[in-house]
Amino acid sequence: MSDTAQSLAKSAFPQLDTLQNLTADVLAEAKGRGASSAEAGVSFGAGLSVTVRMGEVETLEFNRDRGLAVTVYFGQRKGSASTSDWSASAVRETVAAACDIARFTAEDDCAGLADADLMVRDIPDLDLCHPWDLTPEAAIELARGCEAQALQFDPRIVNSEGGSVFSHQGMTVYGNSHGFLGGYAGTRHSISCSVIGRHGDGMQRDYWYSAARDHADLEPAEAVGRTAAERTVRRLDARRLPTRQAPVIFAAEIATGILAHMVSAVRGGKLYRKASFLLDHLGKQIFPEWVQVREQPHLNKALGSAPFDNEGVATRERDLVRDGILQGYVLDSYSARKLAMQTTGNAGGVHNLSIACGDKDLVGLLREMGTGLLVTEVMGQGINYVNGDYSRGAAGFWVEGGEIQYPVEEITIAGNMADMFRKLVAVGSDVDQRGNIRSGSLLIEQMTIAGE
Amino acid sequence: MENAIEIARNRILTPAGLGDDDLDAVIGRVLGHAVDSADLYFQVSRHESWLLEDGIVKDGSYGIDQGVGVRAISGEKTGFAYSDEIVLPALLQASQAARAIADAGQQGRVQAWQARVGNALYAPADPLTSMDATDKVHLMQAVDAEARKQDARVKQVMVSMASTHEVILVANSDGTLAADVRPLVRLNVSVIAEQQGRREQGSSGGGGRTGYEFFVDQERALGYAREAVRQALVNLEAEPAPAGTMTVVLGPGWPGVLLHEAIGHGLEGDFNRKGTSAFSGRLGERVASEQCTVVDDGTIAQRRGSLNIDDEGTPTQSTVLIENGILKGYMQDRLNAGLSGVASTGNGRRESFAHLPMPRMTNTYMLAGQYDPQEIISSVERGLYAVNFGGGQVDITSGKFVFSASEAYLIENGKVTRPVKGATLIGNGPDVLTRVSMVGNDLALDAGVGTCGKEGQSVPVGVGQPTLRIDGLTVGGTNAG
Repeated sequence: MSDTAQSLAKSAFPQLDTLQNLTADVLAEAKGRGASSAEAGVSFGAGLSVTVRMGEVETLEFNRDRGLAVTVYFGQRKGSASTSDWSASAVRETVAAACDIARFTAEDDCAGLADADLMVRDIPDLDLCHPWDLTPEAAIELARGCEAQALQFDPRIVNSEGGSVFSHQGMTVYGNSHGFLGGYAGTRHSISCSVIGRHGDGMQRDYWYSAARDHADLEPAEAVGRTAAERTVRRLDARRLPTRQAPVIFAAEIATGILAHMVSAVRGGKLYRKASFLLDHLGKQIFPEWVQVREQPHLNKALGSAPFDNEGVATRERDLVRDGILQGYVLDSYSARKLAMQTTGNAGGVHNLSIACGDKDLVGLLREMGTGLLVTEVMGQGINYVNGDYSRGAAGFWVEGGEIQYPVEEITIAGNMADMFRKLVAVGSDVDQRGNIRSGSLLIEQMTIAGE
Repeated sequence: MENAIEIARNRILTPAGLGDDDLDAVIGRVLGHAVDSADLYFQVSRHESWLLEDGIVKDGSYGIDQGVGVRAISGEKTGFAYSDEIVLPALLQASQAARAIADAGQQGRVQAWQARVGNALYAPADPLTSMDATDKVHLMQAVDAEARKQDARVKQVMVSMASTHEVILVANSDGTLAADVRPLVRLNVSVIAEQQGRREQGSSGGGGRTGYEFFVDQERALGYAREAVRQALVNLEAEPAPAGTMTVVLGPGWPGVLLHEAIGHGLEGDFNRKGTSAFSGRLGERVASEQCTVVDDGTIAQRRGSLNIDDEGTPTQSTVLIENGILKGYMQDRLNAGLSGVASTGNGRRESFAHLPMPRMTNTYMLAGQYDPQEIISSVERGLYAVNFGGGQVDITSGKFVFSASEAYLIENGKVTRPVKGATLIGNGPDVLTRVSMVGNDLALDAGVGTCGKEGQSVPVGVGQPTLRIDGLTVGGTNAG
């Protein structure tokens, strides 16, 4: 079975030239229809994903996705359209649809491309593309081995949602009527496992995953399985807590979410709409003075790396927070114009954000906290960016004397994000390296826990 | 339903030069390799969206997505591939990949095609062309003006309006041939109000399987504007919410997201077949107070969560999940129904041709009870009255669920008093409904903006309920005093 399946995935992968030519065609079509400026993006991705559950193959999926999107400007009027069809007729129809919409949208002073002099000149090779020559059989064996380790970890592991292996290669090209045309390819591979433990009447589930651009950098599949099982077993026999105030540690794997909230609150879209609790906080203290947050878009092989943003603007390394003071916002060209500022090369988001870590690992942080809550899972969307209110479901462990006492669940943690940032006590050295945002565990002085 | 099949043939198969014999050939090719069953899912979807802010319609977009998904099933195994080109060579290539799953199974052959008749819950009209572009712009501007004229404290108004026209065709190796033409419209308003440096938000919206005229009828869109402003102004006065376990009264309509999270997901057939849900193996047991009867009903005319047929060609139905407190049934797709020895309940749904179907909710709600809503509030000495919510989430294995209030009040001595800030509520799915002590007579369904996410796939859904009194739910405010 692998021959046909593999050739399917491989034969279908286009060259960068193909996508660049298509992008140029789209821009030419827009110009031909009278657009005063235009921008277009074309993407292609192909991949394989398998899940093995209770030792048997559950799903084998082949992914193959194409995209083409165009935005046209007639003066200050804007229109957009997209399609998955790359035929010449579809290109014509899609550009025509975008032009048609621009007849009805209003003049907007801030609409337009990013300034021409901001376009990236030399696209650096960030070593982002590491295709994995993975047959479906090999993927199945890896997933099977991963899940098997989890299932045999402990007799209380009684069921499974499976071990999974995912491999994807993608290519993206962006061009605009400044004459900019650039693109690059990238890969992402992952191994994950989710298993279920039972003790008495209670069931718990947890998971673990490893992700990397290069499969050689993935954690061994067996280690992923063991971690998933270990995380599941330790949650069994969870209790509730009485309602109280207490210090809280966000474990590294969810601490990245706290930083993501900070990033969201300083994004241009939220700022010009006055929909952020960090409005007008540029140059102000938002964290204690020892906190440093850095964006590094050009790290080799990193999952968040990108040579340019979604508008062709060169990405650059910078401090987002220095000595606790907010140094910049997260802007694209539109929100920058709305705020009378300059784009920060963040159309599409931040690239490799990290908070400088301290010297204590999680065990050290637990000792520093003494008595409090270690949160390993948060649930729900109880985040209000307008006023900063934070209230989410949580599960984790109750800690006394710096030691984990027992697992807890069915509680909420609440506070105000501005307050939580100011009351950050320490950043652990246990940095979660798997994502675009990297953090060690975060110790926060106090939050409200609601329970019994 | 002949009509939908004819439309689908004309829109999808004919332009690609595909006939019934080609469907035979593609499915036959999958089945030839010891696969139990196979299906093809063709989809052509056109969609548009418009955005107003700062008083002007500043952006609009239009898109077409089309393709075909090929699924092969062998026992509990599923092989899946798709193509965004609807042409025979691509179909044959995808079928070759999908059948790679099978190393055992019964030899099968395609049954004679039989058109399957579905419900007729909405017209096969195209909502994108249901109003001309100038009128769309005027409608959004009218919504903006309505919001701004409500109160001088309104500082920001955002209006988004979107529609989709989707044509699908399902061909299954058992001979099922079914199609559906699905319109869907949505309009959302969100506002920010400011008072003495404090800013708060409010939002509202609605929609359904119809055209844009839905928003003009009964001045619905203007009503959303007024409602969003009302919520924002209430929130300007809100105090910190209490923290701890207390009696909670939930208002009618959208607070039914409680049912979606607390019990809905846990009653989906895939989790129960695998034994991963906190509700697994509990059919026939008491899981709610006897006042509670909960259904999943995909057959309500023009509702956002309704479908004439599900994405496997099965007509949707009304499925009783809980009857007078007793767990009666799960929601099934074909795969999980077959493996569990029951029939599909018409809940097999998928985000698109590029995703595998699985059991999903449609419109999930609780039937009305006997109490006057005012009587329910009067019965509470001290508690929380929550009337509007954002989203929620559930861990189906532990049963723990959350949902976040966006408008809530304290109840003191049987009266609704001060507004409190939004807070997340958390509970345990298998026992929360056992604590329902009063069910109101005011059943309402939500306005039609719900979207449910599961394993990375989003589908439109509906929820509803009457006013409910729950004796003991944990409220995650900041005020622990």
